[in-house]
Amino acid sequence: MTTASSAPLGRAIKGPSALGSDPRRVLHLAVTLAVMEFKLRFFGSVLGYLWQLMRPLLFFGVLYVVFTEFVRIGEGVRYYPAILLMGIVLFTFFSDSTSRSVTAVIDRENLVRKIEFPRLVVPLSVVLLAYFNLVLNLLAVLVFVLATGVDPRLEWLAFPLLLIPLGLFAGGLAMLLSALFVRFRDVQPIWEVLLQVLFYGSPILYVLDILPSDELRELVVRFNPLATILVQARHTLIDEQAPNAWDAAGGFVYLLIPATIVLVVLALGFWVFNREAPRIAEEL
Amino acid sequence: MSTLKERALHPFKRSTFDRFDALHDVSFAVEPGEFVGIVGRNGSGKSTLLKCMAGIYRTDTGAIYINGRMSTFIELGVGFNPDLAARDNILINGVMLGLSPREARERYDRVIDFAELREFEELKLKNYSSGMQVRLAFSVMVQVDADILLVDEVLAVGDVRFQQKCFDVFHRLRDEGKTILFVTHDMSAVRRFCHRALLLERGEIIRIGEPAEVAASYVELSFAEGGEQPPDPDATRSGDGAAEIVDSWWEDEHGERQTALPQGRPCSFHARVRFHAHAEHPGISTVFESEAHQPLMATSTDNTSGETGLFEPGDEAEFQVRMDMVFAPGRVHASPAVAHRGGHRIMDRRERLASVVVTAARVSGGLIDIPHDVRLTRVEPVLQPDRELG
Repeated sequence: MTTASSAPLGRAIKGPSALGSDPRRVLHLAVTLAVMEFKLRFFGSVLGYLWQLMRPLLFFGVLYVVFTEFVRIGEGVRYYPAILLMGIVLFTFFSDSTSRSVTAVIDRENLVRKIEFPRLVVPLSVVLLAYFNLVLNLLAVLVFVLATGVDPRLEWLAFPLLLIPLGLFAGGLAMLLSALFVRFRDVQPIWEVLLQVLFYGSPILYVLDILPSDELRELVVRFNPLATILVQARHTLIDEQAPNAWDAAGGFVYLLIPATIVLVVLALGFWVFNREAPRIAEEL
Repeated sequence: MSTLKERALHPFKRSTFDRFDALHDVSFAVEPGEFVGIVGRNGSGKSTLLKCMAGIYRTDTGAIYINGRMSTFIELGVGFNPDLAARDNILINGVMLGLSPREARERYDRVIDFAELREFEELKLKNYSSGMQVRLAFSVMVQVDADILLVDEVLAVGDVRFQQKCFDVFHRLRDEGKTILFVTHDMSAVRRFCHRALLLERGEIIRIGEPAEVAASYVELSFAEGGEQPPDPDATRSGDGAAEIVDSWWEDEHGERQTALPQGRPCSFHARVRFHAHAEHPGISTVFESEAHQPLMATSTDNTSGETGLFEPGDEAEFQVRMDMVFAPGRVHASPAVAHRGGHRIMDRRERLASVVVTAARVSGGLIDIPHDVRLTRVEPVLQPDRELG
């Protein structure tokens, strides 16, 4: 190509990228892939979706028995079963979307190596699929919450807003993990361990009140975005007498810390993914 | 790919890799409406070139420009999932190929009808035969209507009738003025469809132009090196050793030794014999065989008089067969033999001693191509008096 002007030559083929040239295509593809995957799960086996629901419910059942009968961590906590179930369902979303995205690029190898498409679709469709499951699981939570005796309140309408920072946090990690895994296969075991740490570092099994000191409570709420979201979710959906996120963090301004963490993870995830995207097909 | 452990243990070691330029200095332009074949041996860079054009790989240097909507068919049925029904698979595949979900849904009927799979549309893909899957995939590809298509060897699939349909589609696409780049090993397809062809070898374009010429170069190249050679000519040697075939070769019409010869031109086969014992009217013969060991032609000095003369130890003779090259394109092997008078006691026989590659602009499918005439004449239908007309 010796011609200086590229106009008569048309557009340049730059190779694959994270976003591609048409953002709508990212959405089309991610939604299509997530919907199809959801269909497979839903209609794939005889009991179909029941299994998707059974997993958190069984986990809940085990934890409930252990922590009310043996360890009695939930004793005296209002609506403890509802808090536990909600925590498990929200955490299931987080762990599903992040741990599945670790291997997402490899799992989609047949697409990545065979066709040009915005690479961001791969982790995005994983997070979307986890969202679909979350919405259905939350319906079960809602039924359970009502059955526990919580009265419906207008504040419930604010609950879906909490799913936005949750999704952004999971999405940032999904991009980061899926891009890193292509180069470093150690990412998988490392992330499994970190997920465990996050599980016990978030008020799922326990409520913040049982932590021994205010400093510890504030530390958890300020530096673990999941904890921030869970505390606020408990306040909004289940028990309005429980502290909300800013009280638990020790002031509204302290919520800037978890917000910053989420945004930094999101930006870092995108930056890494965007940097790796052009070469992902070759490195598989 | 490496692990963190490797990085941690050898922090200063540069990650080791061998640099391999899959493509080098490849530059060409394709006009709108052109149908270009990309040919080359395995590992010559065809697929890499296609993937760079498709945007799947990023080029290290250089630039590629396209003008129009492009669709890639590196593999048929990208995104197909065996556990989903045809409808869902068409949707995924269509969206992967660049349609919006709405466009993909709108084209569903056309796709399923073209594939002739209407009666199986509710079936999961895993219950389809492989041929049916291919039909479905090809149908989606045809309905995507891009201006520029990049196609990687997809025609070698499906049953005969569907292949014919694919060819019809390719003709139609060509006539509609689509621009198509087509990677293949099928030289007859190159000759039939392409306006131009380019031949890649070790990542470089070594020939670009007339499909027939490029196809001929490809055949020559493929058989010139790395073609099937007999493992050891001596292993298949037989005879009592009273004479020895010392050399054997092919010549073109100008008497030059050649390893490739054009079809339809005069040529000759030669074998040189050295005698180690007294021989009276020995018979020298040869069999020409195709690559697939099909005997194409056999000839011998016994076909003439058989009176070849008397030879003493140390004498040499040259056997010649003059002919027009009538064999089909591909490699032809000659197995010459020298025998005592009568032809039953072999002095020396050399299996596949000399081979030549026949080049031609088209492949007829037969073993030989001799000059002939083909006609089609319109004739009056014969009316059957006892059958009602209309």
